[in-house]
Amino acid sequence: MITQVNSSVESLTLRINGKDVSCRAGDTVLQAVRDNGMELPTLCWLEGLTVWGGCRLCMVEIAGSPKLHAACATACQEGMEVQTNSDRLHRYRRMIVELLLAERNHICSVCVSNGHCELQSLAQKLGIDHVRFAYRNPQLEVDNSHDRMRLDHNRCILCTRCVRVCAEVEGARTKDIKGRGVLAAVIHDLDQPWGESETCTSCGKCVNVCPTGALTHRGVAVGEMTKKLSFLPYLTLMREANP
Amino acid sequence: MNRTITIEGVTRIEGHACITIQLDEAGKVADAQFHVTQFRGFEKFVEGRPLTEMPAIMARICGICPVSHLMASSKACDDLLAVEIPPNAARLRRIMNLAQLVQSHALSFFHLSSPDLIFGMDGDPAKRNIFGLIQDHPDFARDGIMLRKFGQDIIGLLGGKKIHPAWTVPGGVNAPLTQEHRDQIASMIPDALARALRAAEYFQRVRDCYPAEVDDFANFPTMFVGLVSADRLLEHYDGTLLFSDEHGAPVAELREPRGYASLIAEAVEKHSFLKSPYFRPRGYPHGIYRVGPLARLVLAEGCGTPLADRELDIFRQRLGRAPQSSFHYHWARLIEIIYGIEMLQRLLEHPDILSEHVRARARPNKLEGVGISEAPRGTLIHHYRIDENGLMRWANLIIATGNNNLAMNRGVLQVARRFVDGNRLQEGMLNRVEAVIRCFDPCLSCSTHALGQMPLRIELLTAQGEVCDALQRQD
Ligand code: SF4
Ligand code: SF4
Ligand code: FES
Repeated sequence: MITQVNSSVESLTLRINGKDVSCRAGDTVLQAVRDNGMELPTLCWLEGLTVWGGCRLCMVEIAGSPKLHAACATACQEGMEVQTNSDRLHRYRRMIVELLLAERNHICSVCVSNGHCELQSLAQKLGIDHVRFAYRNPQLEVDNSHDRMRLDHNRCILCTRCVRVCAEVEGARTKDIKGRGVLAAVIHDLDQPWGESETCTSCGKCVNVCPTGALTHRGVAVGEMTKKLSFLPYLTLMREANP
Repeated sequence: MNRTITIEGVTRIEGHACITIQLDEAGKVADAQFHVTQFRGFEKFVEGRPLTEMPAIMARICGICPVSHLMASSKACDDLLAVEIPPNAARLRRIMNLAQLVQSHALSFFHLSSPDLIFGMDGDPAKRNIFGLIQDHPDFARDGIMLRKFGQDIIGLLGGKKIHPAWTVPGGVNAPLTQEHRDQIASMIPDALARALRAAEYFQRVRDCYPAEVDDFANFPTMFVGLVSADRLLEHYDGTLLFSDEHGAPVAELREPRGYASLIAEAVEKHSFLKSPYFRPRGYPHGIYRVGPLARLVLAEGCGTPLADRELDIFRQRLGRAPQSSFHYHWARLIEIIYGIEMLQRLLEHPDILSEHVRARARPNKLEGVGISEAPRGTLIHHYRIDENGLMRWANLIIATGNNNLAMNRGVLQVARRFVDGNRLQEGMLNRVEAVIRCFDPCLSCSTHALGQMPLRIELLTAQGEVCDALQRQD
């Protein structure tokens, strides 16, 4: 592997959780946090896709600002003071995940992704053993019309990873989001059954980037769906190497 | 004064129900009903789900016999895929099903019913339970606990989880048996077999102490229904569904599960959410039949394993080919425990048992599928319809306990008539009413798909419906 040391890249110094760290100019706070060995939960962010900033799990406190900032969508600045762990942040993160769980129908014990789900493991990490909000229990469909893949709206958290990977990496732009708020939903082409989509190349990238049991292969039974994400950094690297 | 006694939340049966006993003016029993008053609605719940999730979802109907639902559901799904699963997948499913049989029967016999048999139906209720058993008969209690553990450990080794294993899937199972696990299970067999044989021997001492109970514990002629193998031996996983008359003579057989509705119809009664299936050609309620260990032993020519067959011989010498009293379910259960352990050994010794070809892959190929298997408590039928995309559109479940519903009802009335005197109500009388239900080992949470628990409550109601006396128990 060839490592290019580019000394012309400006570096910045900032404080994260009271620790002085440095990063490259242009890095996001999320990168700075993770590059320095600290943890920050994310759901909508995925290395290799554009930033979405929708799930708000990566929120941090920045000294001098009363608001919370999404670390994945905030650029580092010289002298910034960042706090990634506070009671307030923990409270909000917990609430976000609980709301995600309450919004649709997540029944982990009978979910194909049980045991291999980013939402589930995040909930476990945050110590969520019950949800304080009333479940909405919406009546949602399973789109089983595609020959090899399935979309279960009951498990979708609208992170748009599938939409972005489809547009940005595969270039098919099959997937999109319709509606607003709780009525929002992933669609294919002009809101057709997935199996009738003319643009879908059946590449399966969306299935692999989906953090939950929403996008899966067909024919998998409970707990059998595992996702392979390794293709994404690889493709990104290849593209960057051969622009 | 007309009074009604209601026993709610029958104790020491798995799940919850209640019994109402209607007394006449003289305080004698006029009528009795066994009802199940809750409904869980799994049939509705699964609508729209992909069929591949069905076994795991259905296993959640019941925490007591998840494996039985896994089997029936997987078989219904195999039918929807229109595949013949690899022979070793069938063997492995059988192993899990037998492990479930052993552990469930151990629970029913040792934990739930043997306190009555050992301490007597009128024994001190404080003692007449598994804890009293552990205190006074520690070895016997230990045998029960270890047999239960034996079955559960096997299920755990195969499925990775003792409860709700997701290992059985449409088309087979999702992981083969490892040599290590095979050896581990095989090493547990001699001990389990010794315990089962000891229990059967112990049972001989108490089985003759209850002539009155034998006489009146759901002792009446009914048909019997259950699976038998191709050579008409005991069978729990696959085979022909055989219907016999009260003497055990075959009257109908079902080789193709999808035709079950031509032989079984379901009546719905006002007082209960539990449906009452009956043999369609004989009509309702004459088509009353029994399922479960007793029925299976009546229907099969033999067990097909030496030690169980030896015990079955004694059973038949003493009770005849088709015993009518449901009291004998207990003995039948013990014989099936022995059979289960012997059969497990036989399966483990099969030369291909470690074969890794354990799953057939296919798309849904039929829109309707039926799976029939034998749960420990009797015949279990899962019937599904799906759409072209493989999503569930409709389900009907005929559950083992439901199959025995008519017989349990009639049994409750018989026992109540014989033992309950409304003028001097005693605990032992009501215990017998419950004990007859326990003979059938009903699993009510599953048969009603009912969620939640009810306390045990016995109510005496006047003709006007007012409570004039009540006994309450919590479990
Ligand atoms: S998608 Fe994840 S969180 Fe949702 S039910 Fe499935 S396993 Fe649970
Ligand atoms: S289908 Fe999956 S990847 Fe797409 S928006 Fe929903 S949760 Fe995210
Ligand atoms: S990961 Fe930053 S908003 Fe979702």
